[in-house]
Amino acid sequence: METAILVNLAYIASSILFIVGLKMLGSPDTATRGNFLSSSGMLLAVLITLLDQNIIDYRYIAGALVAGSIVGFFAATRVKMTSMPEMVAIFNGFGGIASLLVGSAEYVSGVFDNPAFLGAIFLTVLIGGLTFTGSIIAYGKLSETISGKPYLYKGQQFVNGLLLFAILLVGINMLFIQGLISSEQTLLLLIGLAFILGVLFVIPIGGADMPVVIALLNSFSGLAACAAGFVILNNVLIVAGALVGASGLILTNIMCKAMNRSLANVLFSGFGAAPDSSTESSQEQGEVKPINAEDAYLILEAASSVLIVPGYGMAVAQAQHTVRELGELLEENGTEVKYAIHPVAGRMPGHMNVLLAEANVSYDVLVEPEDVNPIMETVDVCMVIGANDVVNPDAKDNEGSPIYGMPIIEVDNSKTVFVLKRSMASGFAGIQNPLFFKSNTRMLFGDAKDMVSTLVSEFKG
Amino acid sequence: MESQIILLIFILVLSIFLGVELITKVPSTLHTPLMSGANAISGITLVGAILSSGSSEFITIALGTAAVFFASINVVGGYLVTNRMLSMFKKK
Repeated sequence: METAILVNLAYIASSILFIVGLKMLGSPDTATRGNFLSSSGMLLAVLITLLDQNIIDYRYIAGALVAGSIVGFFAATRVKMTSMPEMVAIFNGFGGIASLLVGSAEYVSGVFDNPAFLGAIFLTVLIGGLTFTGSIIAYGKLSETISGKPYLYKGQQFVNGLLLFAILLVGINMLFIQGLISSEQTLLLLIGLAFILGVLFVIPIGGADMPVVIALLNSFSGLAACAAGFVILNNVLIVAGALVGASGLILTNIMCKAMNRSLANVLFSGFGAAPDSSTESSQEQGEVKPINAEDAYLILEAASSVLIVPGYGMAVAQAQHTVRELGELLEENGTEVKYAIHPVAGRMPGHMNVLLAEANVSYDVLVEPEDVNPIMETVDVCMVIGANDVVNPDAKDNEGSPIYGMPIIEVDNSKTVFVLKRSMASGFAGIQNPLFFKSNTRMLFGDAKDMVSTLVSEFKG
Repeated sequence: MESQIILLIFILVLSIFLGVELITKVPSTLHTPLMSGANAISGITLVGAILSSGSSEFITIALGTAAVFFASINVVGGYLVTNRMLSMFKKK
């Protein structure tokens, strides 16, 4: 009894550390300490759990803990910052499968006749399973081991409906009937269906919509832990799981708002799969005005304010360090340099911020679209580096455009726009961008990194 | 038993509201570390995994041990990578 009280007090302390830790993640000044507090909460919860008197054998626990920690350590210290979205995706998956296994272990070991427990196990296994396979598909799409294109097929809705119906039947059998098939068969069937659901859920979503998917899977991994908390009647799992669930849902919502689309539209529309009719009818496009690095240098040299707009292309070209170098040279030249970051630029929320932080860009020069759009007319040069859809003026001007209504960074209102781009190929969503044809736009064709380093050497030379 | 479940649901509801309040205040600059930090917290399922893998039945031990393995990757990797990212955020 004494230990039970001690354990529960420790769990309360852990919960407090998680909450304060998350609160401190709200500001870059305190975030590192916040993360430390949160990890101390985790350490405390794990250590106190090891005191549990029901634990008979510590060998397996110790072995698995050490093995998992080593894998986690190497993954965390080796991963490149550009690969962070894949990393978070696969970690979400591991959290999901762990919850699934906990739920399964409880199911096979215990005799439950209480539908509330069985319902909690059902949810743990279902959410954990779909988080696992969904995250693996997301990982594949982000690392481009599988195509980032949305995968759509005929009768998709019907298959999904059938799958959900089957899951419902298994759930009813598990909770209330229990006699139709054996409990082992029920569990295996449920795991199988949850795995299939995860695959079918992420497969139709395009690579550019991955920020939403990762945020959602993040939320699911928390909810799975939360459901596992109801299985083993443990309040720290419920508190921590609910915090993560809420955090993932908020990020999902922010991402959807930044694209002016509903969650349902992101999940089910297969955005960017088929070429939209409005893009095929080529409108008055005007002329593209290419410019070489020398002329670009002269314009930059004379500019008093420069706004850099990075996108996924910058990450692909690994150009963030060179971009920072250019930014510093511009500042030395007396130019005010800021970086405008769209919430959905990159492949996960805040992706660009991390890359620029890695390249030593001070975080106070990173600005959001709503800060910079009102003063856009005063900006001399906007440099769009590997971004496309987030600066597409069709989002405000063309009601027929698939991205109409999406908040953008209105670079076309600035005095001059430089677009660094490989070729005239359209962006991820397959939408033509009229920005390239505007009279104040100059195109710098080529690899983003090469182009920026040429500009850097122009400044130095 | 019912009263215990009701109490846990009560905790759940309050935690969700608390989570929403906390997270809406996080600036977009920190969304990636927030996500990986939250991800590490979801590894709390490790607590349940430890309890399962310490049991006496073979199948429970097997499932629990696998769960401990995956959850500890999630916890250790998640916190370390978050720390690595946060240490890069500097102001000049």
